[in-house]
Amino acid sequence: MAKVRLENISKHFNEVIAVKDFSLEIEDREFVVFVGPSGCGKTTTLRMIAGLEEITLGKIYIGDRLINRIPAKDRDIAMVFQNYALYPHMTVYQNLAFSLEMRKFSKEETKQRVREAADLLEISELLHRKPKQLSGGQRQRVAVGRAIVRKPQVFLFDEPLSNLDAKLRVQMRGELKKLHERLVSTSIYVTHDQVEAMTMGDRIVVMKDGFIQQVGKPLDLYFHPINKFVAGFIGSPTMNFIETQLIGLDNKLFVQADSFRLRILEEKSQNLQSYVNKKVILGIRPQDLSKASAPVEGETIEAFVEIIEPIGNEIYLDVKAGRDSLIASVDPKTKVNPREEILLQANLENIHLFDIENENALL
Amino acid sequence: MYESFWQKFIKFYLPLVIFVIFLLFPFYWMFNTSLKPMKELYNLKLNPFYVHTPTLENVKTLLFDTIFIRWMYNTFFVAILSTAISLGASLLAAYAIQRLKFKTSGPTGLAIFFGYLIPPTILFIPLATIIFNLKLWDSLWSLVLVYPTFLIPFCTWLLMGYFKSIPKEMEECAMIDGASRLRVFWRIVIPLSLPGIFSAGIFAFTLSWNEFLYALVFISTTESKTVPIGLVTELVRGDVYHWGPLMTGALLASVPVALVYSFFVEHYVAGLTGALKE
Amino acid sequence: MLREELSSAQLGTEKRGWLREGFSNLMESRNFLGFLLIIPAEAILFIFLAYPFILGLWLGFTDTLVGRKGEFIGFENYASLLKDSTFWLTTYNTFLYTIVAVLFKAILGFALAIVLNREFKAKGLMRAIILLPWIIPTALSAIAFWWLYDSTFSAISWSLIKMGLMNHRIDFLGDPTNARISLIVANIWRGIPFFTIGLLAGLQTIDPTLYEAAVIDGAGSWKRFRRITLPLILPLMAVITTFSTIWTFGDFQLVWVITKGGPANATHLFGTLSFQRAIPGGHFGEGAAISNFILPILILCVLITFKFLRRED
Repeated sequence: MAKVRLENISKHFNEVIAVKDFSLEIEDREFVVFVGPSGCGKTTTLRMIAGLEEITLGKIYIGDRLINRIPAKDRDIAMVFQNYALYPHMTVYQNLAFSLEMRKFSKEETKQRVREAADLLEISELLHRKPKQLSGGQRQRVAVGRAIVRKPQVFLFDEPLSNLDAKLRVQMRGELKKLHERLVSTSIYVTHDQVEAMTMGDRIVVMKDGFIQQVGKPLDLYFHPINKFVAGFIGSPTMNFIETQLIGLDNKLFVQADSFRLRILEEKSQNLQSYVNKKVILGIRPQDLSKASAPVEGETIEAFVEIIEPIGNEIYLDVKAGRDSLIASVDPKTKVNPREEILLQANLENIHLFDIENENALL
Repeated sequence: MYESFWQKFIKFYLPLVIFVIFLLFPFYWMFNTSLKPMKELYNLKLNPFYVHTPTLENVKTLLFDTIFIRWMYNTFFVAILSTAISLGASLLAAYAIQRLKFKTSGPTGLAIFFGYLIPPTILFIPLATIIFNLKLWDSLWSLVLVYPTFLIPFCTWLLMGYFKSIPKEMEECAMIDGASRLRVFWRIVIPLSLPGIFSAGIFAFTLSWNEFLYALVFISTTESKTVPIGLVTELVRGDVYHWGPLMTGALLASVPVALVYSFFVEHYVAGLTGALKE
Repeated sequence: MLREELSSAQLGTEKRGWLREGFSNLMESRNFLGFLLIIPAEAILFIFLAYPFILGLWLGFTDTLVGRKGEFIGFENYASLLKDSTFWLTTYNTFLYTIVAVLFKAILGFALAIVLNREFKAKGLMRAIILLPWIIPTALSAIAFWWLYDSTFSAISWSLIKMGLMNHRIDFLGDPTNARISLIVANIWRGIPFFTIGLLAGLQTIDPTLYEAAVIDGAGSWKRFRRITLPLILPLMAVITTFSTIWTFGDFQLVWVITKGGPANATHLFGTLSFQRAIPGGHFGEGAAISNFILPILILCVLITFKFLRRED
């Protein structure tokens, strides 16, 4: 197990810069998730750590070793690929044993390690089958097993759950995290699914267009996103963004939308002076909108319910307030009918504001 | 995965150059010899690898003192007709086997495939008697009828692969829209398979130019011969080998095939590999 | 359509409608249409492939001469062939020719496929160039080899002497062993492209992430080749090799153009010997019998191909 340190890593493909100035220190035994939309550079960064891509600029250390020039097979890492990359002509046992064979482990040691991993992943009955005889979930476990037998310093995961159906994905998420705890390993996990990131990561690295947007614990990113992209990326359903104007009334600050205004709490108003009378983007999560009992100036919103989506544990309401569309996520027992007016209460504690040009968070 | 310059040199450049030289040298040789006048050809003191005094006299001899042009015409005639026949038959057969999947289409398909494996050397003698009985002896038509025996299997195989790549949904949609099966075949499947038909046609064309045994056995009159036969049998008179015209002939006869090939090589390779994947 | 409800007059016109409808239904029926569409191909293949095939078998049991109908003579042809030393020489040479040529074609063809299995500019051009020996009519390139192998004027001899590696010209086609080698080389030259292009396509279907996984598992290039590339390319290699084997075994053009089976029958293949006996010689029955010796190998190849095709399923 080891720390992983990336210093100013960049990757250039001819003119395209896929990863820009990526620096990160990963602690020993940490489970770090790289998350972001397609093309943001997360997989490229992972592959540079693995040794499958040349590092254009910067340094990567595993433990105290500078690994830039060390070929992949000597880096003491293991990787789980998105499409599993199981050797189709070998049995599950041979797939698991392959890397040990390459490292000249004895037959007994190999057998023992493979058995251990198979037991851990509950695939012991499958050892004599070939990959094409396995289901998607089973193949995924074999892929993970292949990484485990190596007992490497670092585990790398490249979107291992994307090829599974939704239900299986949720199940495997929990299992992978449990595995991580049991194996006490340092893991770097790449995904485009923010739910995976939030539920699995000790820390999350949000990336966009090759740059790191924000690094932090899941809840830090959820409650304190540093820009609009992170705010919109983390959390489902997506945060509501509304163009508003910051105005001052009676010594208080409000954001004025088309048909409503919300008050900015005192303690948050300090640094906003330069933005008064300017346009800002208001961000409010669907979960921070609930059905109001009575109208309160600066806190409630009059809206028209267009669509009701009952999810089971919540109800999503697609509403229209003046020219603005909002999604609210309310208690499942809320009484609401479509094509009706509704009064929504905003949780002023969790309002976000973003600069309209650079999209940075203002609060 | 990095590769140093030297690794690349040894793993790639060097072997590639060696192979290319080996594979292209005979063609260079044909070209080179065609341009040499007779005295240079038989002059042992000169370096044979380049032409010292290029000349077109071989070309002249070939074109005017032999009926090379007639042979070329014959070969084109046979190639184009047999390709047309084969393509037609293969299209229908491939569609029937691949799409219609009628009863016994599996075994039929296999039978056609295995037909390709039978070498002409097993068949030429019985075929000779058949051709003779059909009164097609010494006629180019015998070749036009017989060449499809090795063209159809391959073309069918290739076209089956192409048809596989056309989603069934497209045909089903057309049928729901009211088209009969034949209509669907004509208006949808064929237009979408044009690249495959192209590849098959080119392949058939080059294969029929390559045929030798049947042409040798069935045709005896000089005027009716195809180019390879003509060159090999008529330009060697007694013990005298007319190397200049021979090589020129070989070179010029390669041109049509090479041209057709170069224009459509992408299709050709796609066709060959597509069939092999089958 | 309830017949009871129609008057007989209506029935009359309905019947014609039924016929037309019946016909178009038939045309829609997969089975009928399928059988119909396959007729042209089947006809040609039956008359000019299947029938001659059987006929050839029968001819081998007759004493047919050109122009004269033969009579059934049982195994006489085969018996006399087995006593014919030329025939044994031919058998030996055909096997030698086939085994050596196919072996080298497979190895060299595969090597070239591996060399080409990477991204580089002019890849298309390279593939086009590589295929040329296969495309150009064999007889024509055979002519070029013929001249290259000339005992007096060969450029190969000239070069070797000039480089000091030899002091006399090589008699390529006059000496039995040399002639065999020369022909085998020409055959290899011609056959490499087929292997290369086929195997290259196969190599490109191997999932590249398998190699990445292997790298991370610690496998060096040789291990990756041996444990991943080879096993995965094996089925394709088997099919290609089988095709090549049967074609090489039944070869004719190359040998007939360059040596006509000589010197002293050293380079005869079944195909050329059969031709010699049947066409200039006139002994159709005997010729057919010789050709039929290609059959066992053909059947073997068919079985092997079949087995590998099945496995792919």
